[in-house]
Amino acid sequence: MASPANSGRIAGKTLFDRLWEQHVVAELGAGISLLHVDRHIVIDLHSPEFRLLRERGLRVRNPEMTFCVADHVVSSAPGRTGGNAQWSETHLRDLREGSRAFGIRLFDVNHRNQGIAHVVGPELGITQPGMLLLVGDSHTSTHGGLGALAFGIGASEGVHVLATQTIVQRRSKRMRISFEGERRPGVDAKDLILYAIGKLGTAAGTGHAVEFAGSAIRSLDVEQRLTLCNLSIEMGAKFGMIAPDDKVAAYLHGRPHAPQEAHWDAAVRYWGTLRTDDDALFEREECIDVRDIGPQVTWGTSPQDVIAVDGLIPDPEQAGDGERRRAMRAALDYMGLAAGKPIAGTPVDWVFIGSCTNSRISDLRAAAAVIRGRKVAPGVRAWVVPGSQAVRREAEGEGLDRLFRDAGFEWREPGCSMCVGANGEMVGPGERCVSTSNRNFVGRQGPGARTHLASPAMAAAAAIAGVITDVRRQGRS
Amino acid sequence: MSMEKFTVLRAVAAPLLLPNVDTDRIIRIERCAGVPRERQGEYMLEAMRFHADRSENADCIFNKAGYREAKILLAGENFGCGSSRENAVWALAGWGLRCVIAPSFGDIFFGNCFQNGLLPIRLPLATVERLAAAAGANAHSAVLEVDLERQQITTAAGEHIAFEVEPLRRRMLLEGQDEIGITLQREADIAAFQARDRLARPWIYDDAGVA
Repeated sequence: MASPANSGRIAGKTLFDRLWEQHVVAELGAGISLLHVDRHIVIDLHSPEFRLLRERGLRVRNPEMTFCVADHVVSSAPGRTGGNAQWSETHLRDLREGSRAFGIRLFDVNHRNQGIAHVVGPELGITQPGMLLLVGDSHTSTHGGLGALAFGIGASEGVHVLATQTIVQRRSKRMRISFEGERRPGVDAKDLILYAIGKLGTAAGTGHAVEFAGSAIRSLDVEQRLTLCNLSIEMGAKFGMIAPDDKVAAYLHGRPHAPQEAHWDAAVRYWGTLRTDDDALFEREECIDVRDIGPQVTWGTSPQDVIAVDGLIPDPEQAGDGERRRAMRAALDYMGLAAGKPIAGTPVDWVFIGSCTNSRISDLRAAAAVIRGRKVAPGVRAWVVPGSQAVRREAEGEGLDRLFRDAGFEWREPGCSMCVGANGEMVGPGERCVSTSNRNFVGRQGPGARTHLASPAMAAAAAIAGVITDVRRQGRS
Repeated sequence: MSMEKFTVLRAVAAPLLLPNVDTDRIIRIERCAGVPRERQGEYMLEAMRFHADRSENADCIFNKAGYREAKILLAGENFGCGSSRENAVWALAGWGLRCVIAPSFGDIFFGNCFQNGLLPIRLPLATVERLAAAAGANAHSAVLEVDLERQQITTAAGEHIAFEVEPLRRRMLLEGQDEIGITLQREADIAAFQARDRLARPWIYDDAGVA
């Protein structure tokens, strides 16, 4: 706490400042630092990095701090034994070879710990508050939900991390988004962050590390915090983070890779120091009144193209500048939507419940709660792809798989699946999909595919209704 | 990982002032995963350059006479947002680009550029729009000279425009240096950090968890 006697001193530190400074190995000048990497997860798509490393005669500096996970190229078909795209086996082979050659733990296709890197990291306790954690995937911001400094890297940076256990980074500016007030019924973390992206724009966080704060954030469960931080990158911020609290410690306790009992108390004490001082300064601050937020759904080809489900599809002719007008027209044309019409009632062909954004047990429970007793509408293909083997086991233990199957959903194997189609599982050209994933970009779910991002409850409601619909009208809140 | 040096580039600039061109759009995921890196340039901005039947879209700037040889891209705001796939940089470079000028970039894409000798330059939107208007008029007025040593762009009309690149990254490009080689020389610093940090946060170094 700042006392009046401190008022002449420099401002306090933010959570981001603390996380950053604790990882500096060397200052390289002009705001660039060499940072220590505490954990590195190599996903299957990044398996060529092992070959690049070997070609240079280098080794993995800290294999014990590294994990390999098969998630992007693996099939989600029931009974799968590997991938289903022509390139899948190459990537899986390279991942296995790299893991074997350098002594790195691998969560292979049907390993009990297999799953999406951003689901597996937290649930195994690999991700911890205060860690600097990297994955070659932009949604690594997810792990910031536990108070980690986590971001996505490219392939060259991946080789650098393997060889040196460090990363060269320019220090980001600080931004805080405070969510205040109580959530309305039918609104979850996905709605909060989609609303924020719509309000602030898809580049609002570029160059910034975003801390999410406020009463509405503190009230979120840990899994909802992961969903929120997952979408930081969709507002341009490669770091998103929430100060760790008692909920995080309770979530991690007893997980296989969490600190062992001998270290537990010291670790929890350290986690308690990971916070923003009351007098800390941010380059940018935003405040969002959560009471304004209803269930969200995207209408265009950027996550910022989002409205409340009871809203009207916006009219490009009302947009201020010409560039925005052109982009909106192109988006509506691609999406096959008409300006000024309600988004609710738009017929859908596909529903995808999965991805690193929304495939955890609480997401599946939220979707299941909407379904009870009802069936998927005729003509709709609806998939549930659990985020990990552990999520799958837990869901099956609760009977959720039967509930989904009885309703007409396909219950599938864990992986990234149709969020990005790196395993060949795609939405067809011109087909419309309500998806719990993170990107509605042109062609993201397949060439010509039309994606509407929404929460798990909203996706389940769309599957039952056969059209985009307000989950609050489906008899559940 | 060896990098081509970047000193002075004199080339045609192609204007594409669309905002929020994401890396999924720059190269599709199945091209990242299924096409060798050396051939990913063929799939740069695929849905823009080609119709669904793979015939060329004549309206696309990259298919117009004079711009097929472009080595500079004049892009819109937030270019390269989204996925961290470095394939986006490989595709742009593979097609023949060596410099992208835009008002703003996706953070991860921006960093990936420097790893591959592709120079990203931030300029104010009004400046990029002015350059794009000149570049779009004809391929002759589209020629720009980008001098990294002097951090200066010279237009076909003789106008000079200053730009800035972080000193460390500028030196890397000018000398074709490789980041891994530089960091490997800091092994003593890394070892010292870990020795110190092990005392403060032993649980980070003592993960006895089951595989």
